[in-house]
Order: sequence, then structure tokens, then C-alpha cells
Amino acid sequence: MATTAPATSNTPAVALEGLGRAYGERVALREISLTLPPGATVAVFGANGAGKTTLLRILAGLLRPHAGRATVLGAELPREAWKARGRVGLLGHEPLLYRDLTVRENLRFHARLHGVDRDLLPSLIEQAGLAARADDPVRTLSRGMTQRAAICRAVLHAPELLLLDEPLVNLDPGGALAVAPLIGREAGPARVLISHDAGLGLADADWVLGLRGGRQAIWAPAAQVGLSDVRGLYT
Amino acid sequence: MKEAVSALIRKDLRLELRSFESVPAMLMFSLSAFVLFRFGLDRSSLAGDLAAGVLWVTLLLAAVLGMNRLFVAEREQGGFDGFLMAPVDRTALFVSKAVVLFCFLLAVELVAVPAFVVLLLGPGAGQLLPELLAVLLLADVGIAVVGTLVAALGVQTRARDLIIPLMALPLLVPVVIASAQATAPLLAARGAEAFPERWLAVLALYDAVFGLLAYAVFDFLLED
Repeated sequence: MATTAPATSNTPAVALEGLGRAYGERVALREISLTLPPGATVAVFGANGAGKTTLLRILAGLLRPHAGRATVLGAELPREAWKARGRVGLLGHEPLLYRDLTVRENLRFHARLHGVDRDLLPSLIEQAGLAARADDPVRTLSRGMTQRAAICRAVLHAPELLLLDEPLVNLDPGGALAVAPLIGREAGPARVLISHDAGLGLADADWVLGLRGGRQAIWAPAAQVGLSDVRGLYT
Repeated sequence: MKEAVSALIRKDLRLELRSFESVPAMLMFSLSAFVLFRFGLDRSSLAGDLAAGVLWVTLLLAAVLGMNRLFVAEREQGGFDGFLMAPVDRTALFVSKAVVLFCFLLAVELVAVPAFVVLLLGPGAGQLLPELLAVLLLADVGIAVVGTLVAALGVQTRARDLIIPLMALPLLVPVVIASAQATAPLLAARGAEAFPERWLAVLALYDAVFGLLAYAVFDFLLED
């Protein structure tokens, strides 16, 4: 587990100030500023290429910001990224699971990296509805089952910040219900939630970040943002 | 770090046992090369410098195949991201990959060296094995260290199959020189000659220098 003390209860889960990031000449994010309180959820909306995934990867410590300041759980990125490692869970487009290993082997591997007791894994697997397929290689699983396994991988170390990119994609209604205690609001940690489902995202969030062409088009409490505002980001 | 290294090594060995992507390819390459040398040189047996050169060039080129595959699962299946988000020393990845490549080389040599003896050396070559083992171990450490460093760098590029050999082979020239010089007297036609221990020292020095260098710079290779 992380050796640093957890952020105090008042430390924002995420604080960004003029954040920018480019890939060569192409600017993916510019001038993003926000503060996400601990335990709160921000829904991030934006069309394809708006910079949502780039934002998530910066917060995960996998990309360096090129401009501005980014602080995650009190750790300034990238200088203090080591302080946040092991305290953030990422569920992205890729499941980050080895296809030739079974679900159980993958989770044991990640549990060892995070210093998590492997005895906790069976209940996690059970909770995600994966018990019957836990000893099958990931490459043999359906997309929905792979997503459930990826969710287990993202939360097994009880992260203080969850970065979720379309977390319910490929899940059937039963699957979505099964993983709700793991990644839903009741799970507890602060969440950055990328979604293309405006209704679901708004209902599940405390704050809304709207991105258009890498720029911050909306930053407001979810209660003050309407469906039409979100839909406007996609036109 | 011990726990992370152990987890990474177990994972890689398990993946290799499931997929058989690296060791069989390295082995088949070595055996094919020995057969080609036998017929290409049109000799029933080799000795001395020529035998040592054939052995080490073949083993080195086989090792490059292993380097090319070393980080592929991390790159293609998100292993880098999963590892980088864990609260572990990044050097654990370097140490584990170097150990895994070392194990792959040993596994290949376990079959390839006897095959080399049978296919390309004359009778009585079995006596040289203890000395040859020392050379193999020291050379394998050097190849594993440099190979891991280069593979980590090359896997980030689109042309990794080209970049990795282009970077690794020049860096490994000293290993080939020292290994071939140390091995040639063992493979002399008249029987084993005096074993040049100074070449073992050269190999050990190479291992130490590149081991420290790789340990120092590996962190930066994983940076965005």
C-alpha cells in the first residue's frame, strides 16, 4: 500500500489550475481549472477527442501535464506523483489485464503489486459476479465479463480516487447492478466519471465538467446543469 | 521491492508457459543456425575461434528474439499502466525483466549448447562444460541487462523489431568479444588450452557497469 499518509479530509481529491497538455503540435487540453472536494463525483462530458481520456491519464499519473498545475490527493503532479500511486484506481478503455492469465491470476498479481491481502479477492470476485469464470483466461471472457474483471482490478486496493471512463460499457443491467457497490457513489471514494449518457452522468454526479475541443466549456454543480447544456457539447 | 519483483517474474514465466512465444522461437532459431553453419561452412566439425564465433553470434541473435518480445505484453495489454499506478519502485520492472530474460537464455542454452556440441564439435567436447558454464552465465547476465534496457526503450517505438536489434547488437559487441575469446581455447582442436580467466573478468566488469547504468536510467525510460 502507499507509504504516505492519506490526504486530510479537507484536501481536495483533485485540484487543477490552468492545466494543459499537447501531443506534439496538437493541443489536447488547455486551461482546465477545477477543484473536486473529497468524496465528490465529477461527470466529464465531451465529444470524441475533447480531451476526456487525456485528462484521466494525467490524473492517473500516466501523462505529464505540459502547462498549469495538477494536484491529486494532495500530491502535485508529476513531481509528487509517487505519493498518489496506489491511492488512485483507473478503469479506462483497456482492462489492463493479461489475456493469457485467468481473472484470479490477474487480480492476485495486482494485489501483490499493491500489497493487498489476497484473501480479500474471493469476496470481490463473488461481488462482481465472476465466481464461475474466475479461473478462465481473460481472453475467453465476453466484453462484459472482462469489464467486470477490470472493475475488480481497479478497486481491489480501495483507492481514494476512482477514474472511470465509461465504466458501464458492455455491462448488462445485472452486471451494472452488481458493480454499483464497487464503483458507484456508495463505494465512497471521489470519482471522475467519463460518460456519454448525459442523464445517467448528471444523476450520478455532484459536479459537471464539459469539454469542447480541449477547453473547459462547463464547470458547475450538477444540479445547475441541464441535459440541453450537456447535449450542446456534442453539437 | 522484493514482493513486486517476485510477482512480476511469476507473471512473466506463467505467461511464457501459456503462450510459448519466446523460448521456442529462440531455440528454433539457434538450432536452425547451427544446421545452417554446418552445411554453409561445409565442415563436419569446427574448433577454436571459428567454433566460438559461431556459438556466440548464434546465441546473441537468438537473444534478440527474446528482447523483442520482452515488453510486448506490457505494451499491448496495459501492463505498463497497471504497473506504473502501483506503489512500487519502478526498478522492480527492470530487475524482473532482466531475470526473466536471463532465465529464457538459460533455457535455450540448455538445449542449444548440447546441440552445438553434437552438430559442430568433434568428440571429447564434453570435458569443457564447467568452464563454458562460467562464460555462459556471465555473458547471459550482460545480455539480459543490456537487452532489458534496450527492449524497454525500443518497445515504445512503432518499429521495435528494427530498433531493438539496431541498439542492442552494437552495445553487446564487447560481450561477444569477451565470450568468444574466453571460449575459443576451450574449443581448440588439440583439446582444451589454458582458460583465459581475464576474459571472465572483462565480462564481470561489463555486467557490473551496465547493471549500474541500467539501474540508474531505467526510471526515465518509463516516463511519459
